[in-house]
Amino acid sequence: MNALLSVEGVDVHHGDLQALHGLDLTLDEGETLAVIGANGAGKTTLLRTIAGSLRATRGEVRLDGDPIGSTPAHVRVARGIALTPEGRRIFPSLTVEENLLVGGYRGRKGPWDLRSVYELFPLVHGRRTRAGAHLSGGEQQATAIGRALMANPRLLLLDEVSLGLAPVVVKEIYAALPQVVARGTTVLVVEQDLNQALGVADRVQCLLEGRTVLEGPAATISREDVTAAYFGLQE
Amino acid sequence: MDWLNAVIQGLLLGGQYALLACGLSLIFGVMRIVNLAHGVIAVAAAYVALWLVQDGSVPLLLALVVVVPVFAAAGYALQRGLFNPALGGGELAPLLVSFGLGIVLTNVLQQVFSADSRSIGIGSLGTSSVPLAPDLSVGVFSLLTFVVGVGVIAAVQLFLSRTSTGRAMRATSDDPETAQLMGIDQRHLYGVATAIAIGTVALAGVFVGMSTQFSPTYGDLVLIFAFEAVIVGGLGSLWGTLLGGLVLGVAQTVGAQVDPAYGILAGHLVFLAVLLVRPSGLMPRTVTA
Amino acid sequence: MSAVTDVRRRGGRASMVGSGLLVVAVLVLALWVPYNVSLGTLSSLVGLFVLVILGTTWNLMAGYAGMVSIGQQAFIGIGGYGVIHLADAVGLPVLGAVVAAAVVCGAVAWATSFLVFRLAGGYFAIGTWVVAEVVKLLTTQVDALGGGSGLSLGAFQGADRVARVATVYWLGLTLAVVVVLATFALMRSRVGLGLTAIRDDPTAASGLGVPVDRSKRIVYVASSAGVGLAGALTALNTLRVTPDSIFSVGFTASMIFVVLIGGIGTIEGPIVGAVVSFVLQDRLADLGSLYLVVLGVVAIVVVLLAPRGLWGLVTRVTDVHLFPLVHTVRREASED
Repeated sequence: MNALLSVEGVDVHHGDLQALHGLDLTLDEGETLAVIGANGAGKTTLLRTIAGSLRATRGEVRLDGDPIGSTPAHVRVARGIALTPEGRRIFPSLTVEENLLVGGYRGRKGPWDLRSVYELFPLVHGRRTRAGAHLSGGEQQATAIGRALMANPRLLLLDEVSLGLAPVVVKEIYAALPQVVARGTTVLVVEQDLNQALGVADRVQCLLEGRTVLEGPAATISREDVTAAYFGLQE
Repeated sequence: MDWLNAVIQGLLLGGQYALLACGLSLIFGVMRIVNLAHGVIAVAAAYVALWLVQDGSVPLLLALVVVVPVFAAAGYALQRGLFNPALGGGELAPLLVSFGLGIVLTNVLQQVFSADSRSIGIGSLGTSSVPLAPDLSVGVFSLLTFVVGVGVIAAVQLFLSRTSTGRAMRATSDDPETAQLMGIDQRHLYGVATAIAIGTVALAGVFVGMSTQFSPTYGDLVLIFAFEAVIVGGLGSLWGTLLGGLVLGVAQTVGAQVDPAYGILAGHLVFLAVLLVRPSGLMPRTVTA
Repeated sequence: MSAVTDVRRRGGRASMVGSGLLVVAVLVLALWVPYNVSLGTLSSLVGLFVLVILGTTWNLMAGYAGMVSIGQQAFIGIGGYGVIHLADAVGLPVLGAVVAAAVVCGAVAWATSFLVFRLAGGYFAIGTWVVAEVVKLLTTQVDALGGGSGLSLGAFQGADRVARVATVYWLGLTLAVVVVLATFALMRSRVGLGLTAIRDDPTAASGLGVPVDRSKRIVYVASSAGVGLAGALTALNTLRVTPDSIFSVGFTASMIFVVLIGGIGTIEGPIVGAVVSFVLQDRLADLGSLYLVVLGVVAIVVVLLAPRGLWGLVTRVTDVHLFPLVHTVRREASED
């Protein structure tokens, strides 16, 4: 089977600072991959490079085998890549419902519309007329995921879902993910919370300082290995 | 009765100012560009309409139907060709580019149409009036301008709040980077916003040309009035711009009632007073992006 | 043992040669030119000095403090009207009237800054223009200032024409040199350092304790006082002011062209821009409004394609800095 997404030998720089060093990653259709790592490991950079808000200085990103490295972000959305950015980035002056509608701007066909998103997140439905500026962190996160789903993506990129949220809220949001996967969406989740990451993913890839240090199926990988890789400890 | 008359005339004049200001407000709201060529573009539209009517013997209404879309298209090209590249060059670049554009347009008009004052003749429409009370009547044409002004503001506001493209504009105004992650092509969207802005200011310019004498440098005054309407109204919505236009119009006509020389000055002073007392305008943004 | 240290210094050999040439140019303008050109040329050269002052002061605001004003004609007008009124009606000596007019400009700028500083970016630009319009409209209402028809300078009446033109010429040259040096000194002071920080990152600068508003206000007042000098000089040179001519937004247009063409954000740029503008004006005057069309197009092209202007092109090739503001950091190995 052909990979849905492949990242091949990608270097990314922030000015003089190199954030990713020849990174490789592949993701098959329907799979859920968790990318984990400490602060500054390059996880967010990786997602932003896949979504198109950052450009790789070397290497290639492919969707269905087609190079998309020079495709602008807005066109990548039309081709089925949607990102829930770090910090949620809800449009503050738009209502929740308007935020969702903007997510569906491209009008891609698929299972997700206002109704199915509200079913997935009843919390969001209850807040639909509220301005984005006046949401709690959990409401923002659910709205942000709903907004990304409105694009009916083939590949959903989730950045730091649990960051700054109460554990009970995180649990609620992660509980919704299997329904997303069940409708055929491939998910790449970036997470610092190991338990959540291992619980939801088929496969885990661990980054350290812009390089992959550990990779394997979530079911067989040991927590000790992950912890060691996470902190860059040698065996 | 004189004072009441002055207020009513001022409100009607305010409709015209709101129409002039609508595009300035829209462009700033969506992409934070202050277009210093805004005024001269209005005047350019008046000249083109005049040329069509006088030299081309085109009926005035048809001239309007031609001018507005042509200017809207030019607005799109202006955004894609000049303003979008300038946006990459820092905060000052778009401002300075629009300043240069204003100088170019003013002097091209000067070259082509000379510096003489002109106006677009509208025959009996300009002199007929509707009586409101024994001593009080309003000009049909001012009333028409007012209705068009309010209508355009309402239409653009409705477009922003109800349509997918309008929503995308507001989202881009809030957070341009995230808007691109929603699949919004910022450069095209900015083009559409400027097309609407330039289309409306062209319409406004033709109305100005029908109501008063204009010359190539008249755009300076148009820009200042439009700007005052925007700031007095506040940057919350186009309704604020309408309110700002009305306040400015009334200030000018009431000032002129005191002494004809004080009309424009009174408008400026009201603007400065608002700046001093309520710097965010009469209808400020309630949610800060 | 050897260590690597960063040595920070200002200027270099090429820059010293450049600065030397600049001094020579000023000396030639002061000592040779007045005795070797016609009176008409001498008088028109005052226009060059006005352009240098206008460009330098506008650059101080826009290039260093990020404030684009299109209302600086207010201070040309106040400077022009001020010098004539103070010399003729109040009876100050001409030099005293020039300085006093500039002080008045600074005071007006200080007072109005509390209004226009409430506006940011492009709206600040138009706000300053409104203030200029108000000043102009108020001026036409004052009978003592000649109402709509303006004022003529009487102080030079009876003076020898040669002596008058020469006096104004030397005064103009002196003022231009003073304004450039004062700007240079301001930029080397703490205020200048703070402004550079503000330009690079306003939030960080403010967090580090740079008084953003106060620094901007100092620049606005200083720059407007400088513009007042240029206005006074213009009035002394033309002997007459009218509201429409001396409050013309065209003055601001020339400031902007001078700065953009020469190079924004450098001391040298506006000087280069003033010279280029002056020569173009002289050569292309016959073109009338077409000349301004060309200038507008050039301004747009410069902003989009060569935002550092002519001086930017020079420094990219030669690393010459006539005014040592730029720090060069060089790694040098030293023995411990």
